[in-house]
Amino acid sequence: MSHRNGRIANPAISVAIRMEPVVEPVVQLTGVVAVVGGFPVLAGADLTVHRGEILLLRGPNGAGKTSLLRLCAGLLPVERGVATVLGHDLSVSRTAVRAFVGMLGHSNGLYADLTVTDNVRFWGATVGATDDEIAASLARMGLANRLADVPVSRLSAGQRRRTALACLVARRAQLWLLDEPHAGLDAAGRDELDATLREAAAAGATVMVASHELERAGALATRVVELGGGLVREVPMGGPA
Amino acid sequence: MTTPTAPNATPNDTVDRRPTSTRFTRALGFSALIGIVWLVVFGLFLSPNDLEQGVSVRNMYIHVPSAWLAYLAFIVTGIASAGYLFKRTRSLQWDRIAGASAEVGVLFMGIALVTGSLWGRVTWGKYWTWDSRLTTTAFLFITYIGYLAVRDLGGSHHQRARRSAIIALFAVLEVPLVHFSVKWWRPLHQQESVADGKLSGLMLFSLFVGIVAFTLLYVWMVLHRLRTLTMQDIVDDRGLDVALAERRAEGIVS
Amino acid sequence: MTTWRVARLVAAKDLRIEARSRVVVNQVLPFSLLVMVLFAFALDNDTVLTRVAPGLVWLATLFSMLVLVQRAFAVETADGALDALTVAGVRPSGLFLGKAMAMAVQLVVLEVVLLFAAIVLYKVDVGGAGIVLLVTTFVAATTGLAFVGTLYGGLASGAKGRETLLPLLMLPVVAPVLIGATRATEAALGTNGASPSEGWPWIGLLVLFAALFGAGGTLAFGTLIDA
Repeated sequence: MSHRNGRIANPAISVAIRMEPVVEPVVQLTGVVAVVGGFPVLAGADLTVHRGEILLLRGPNGAGKTSLLRLCAGLLPVERGVATVLGHDLSVSRTAVRAFVGMLGHSNGLYADLTVTDNVRFWGATVGATDDEIAASLARMGLANRLADVPVSRLSAGQRRRTALACLVARRAQLWLLDEPHAGLDAAGRDELDATLREAAAAGATVMVASHELERAGALATRVVELGGGLVREVPMGGPA
Repeated sequence: MTTPTAPNATPNDTVDRRPTSTRFTRALGFSALIGIVWLVVFGLFLSPNDLEQGVSVRNMYIHVPSAWLAYLAFIVTGIASAGYLFKRTRSLQWDRIAGASAEVGVLFMGIALVTGSLWGRVTWGKYWTWDSRLTTTAFLFITYIGYLAVRDLGGSHHQRARRSAIIALFAVLEVPLVHFSVKWWRPLHQQESVADGKLSGLMLFSLFVGIVAFTLLYVWMVLHRLRTLTMQDIVDDRGLDVALAERRAEGIVS
Repeated sequence: MTTWRVARLVAAKDLRIEARSRVVVNQVLPFSLLVMVLFAFALDNDTVLTRVAPGLVWLATLFSMLVLVQRAFAVETADGALDALTVAGVRPSGLFLGKAMAMAVQLVVLEVVLLFAAIVLYKVDVGGAGIVLLVTTFVAATTGLAFVGTLYGGLASGAKGRETLLPLLMLPVVAPVLIGATRATEAALGTNGASPSEGWPWIGLLVLFAALFGAGGTLAFGTLIDA
């Protein structure tokens, strides 16, 4: 792991997941249509995701990757079709699933005026994380040092991303949804991210990553799907796309 | 998800170019027209002048029914909003009724405010008094405009319905609060409408005709507006199907 | 996690943000004082000013509240925090109560400063007789305002073109608070010969208002912030 600038991610601290209850498959989408502003961002998507998978979502801009992730997080209403995440039918209720899902979207969801520690503490507290777990998340992402008491507004984009990741780790979610997580991170940051995601999957979480970084994410992922025109297509791994 | 069908639509219609009227609404509209003609005849010509107010009392035949309709429309919006939120099925028809009633209600409220203001000018020399009825109506008017703005915020039909239903119910809460606070604020200016108790039989009858005619007019307008709103939603859904086909075609090329 | 715990967490977070950024202290407070000064420019008559001072204080409070509410939700939407709170499954009722509590604290500070400004600028006299009424008025009115502000602020946050909706939606709703709080304050201060006993019925109105919007907001907030 990187030792640059005193940021040391501590691999000894492993990622923990809250595992009750265990549901399989984790995500089941059948003919799902989702609409944003009158435009069908998802036009009949079919997808099944199993526990422990690291799924890479590929596709050009506007293909529907972000919308798919937001839908699984319960943020986007299901217009048509059936979407079941962790056993919860999203047409019935989009709120029940949220306790078990962690999302890292395009924005970081941070409060710019608060320090790194304040932010991670707040987000950890919303899921009832203990102080130890919060400290562990900070340490895991290499933030338990001079950066800990810096207001987020003074951090670089990459450092903010890592803070957001620390908040995500503190959530100990069963389903991790990440939208372009590598963007803004330097090489060391990306290594740490990949290690974190692998550990999460090993600990029992399911990870879905939307990314343009095909090589890196391809190395990380256990499975790849391609989004095009609001539809999902399986991509066999190891062969030409 | 069932899409509602337009009235008079035949199965093979690809282009909906038919009007929103049915036999019922035509009969209704005709009755409303008769009622209004009757009102004009009685209100402007056949009924007597008031002892105190003279000719200006005839304003009452428009003002009172308008105000009555404004409040009726408001109540309908409230009930329809509650109907959408609290019924198991969450039918969008409730939401459209609420919206249609609100739009027509704003119209009648505007008429009530203007005629009320003119009446005040002629009778007491002032365009405006701070009595609770007038002030509450003015507030209701503005609240409704806000409600209509909230209906236009976008999103899916159900998101629009949920949002506006909640705003409408808060408006229902707000109105008595405004009414009572204004009433307590200016008790001296509490003037009951001149129309209470001092009307001759013919005047009362004309007023009654006016209320009936305006109510028919209200129902007629709301029905038509309801149908255009329904068709608007259908167009949106059909637009979705077209958009879906286009969207999927994107994927095949890449 | 209980709703109350969530509310405390969110309120503490909002107040901590204000403590660090000082936006209310540095920007909103000067704005409200400026409004008080502008009133004096417009009304240009010392006796009139003293007489209408209670109304001006509450009017300035309402205008400042628009800015306060915008700020409270700008903080949430700037980096997608509101979305993140939704995804985190934070109970909307707790979120509502928490933000309302933080807003109430900031509002009270604002109102106290405005009262002092009225004493200085409009030569208002605060006697001992109506102090209890005065304090009760401030508490009751502030609670109602905080609930309404959080509720409609949540609706008006988010998508572009919504911020302009906030004044249109909120100001008609808070009219009863303006009337009630002003009359009660007048009674407390003895303006226009009002006595404190006349103020207490208005407190009833303010409490009813706060109760209705507190209950309604707790139930409805989740739906209003949903996209």
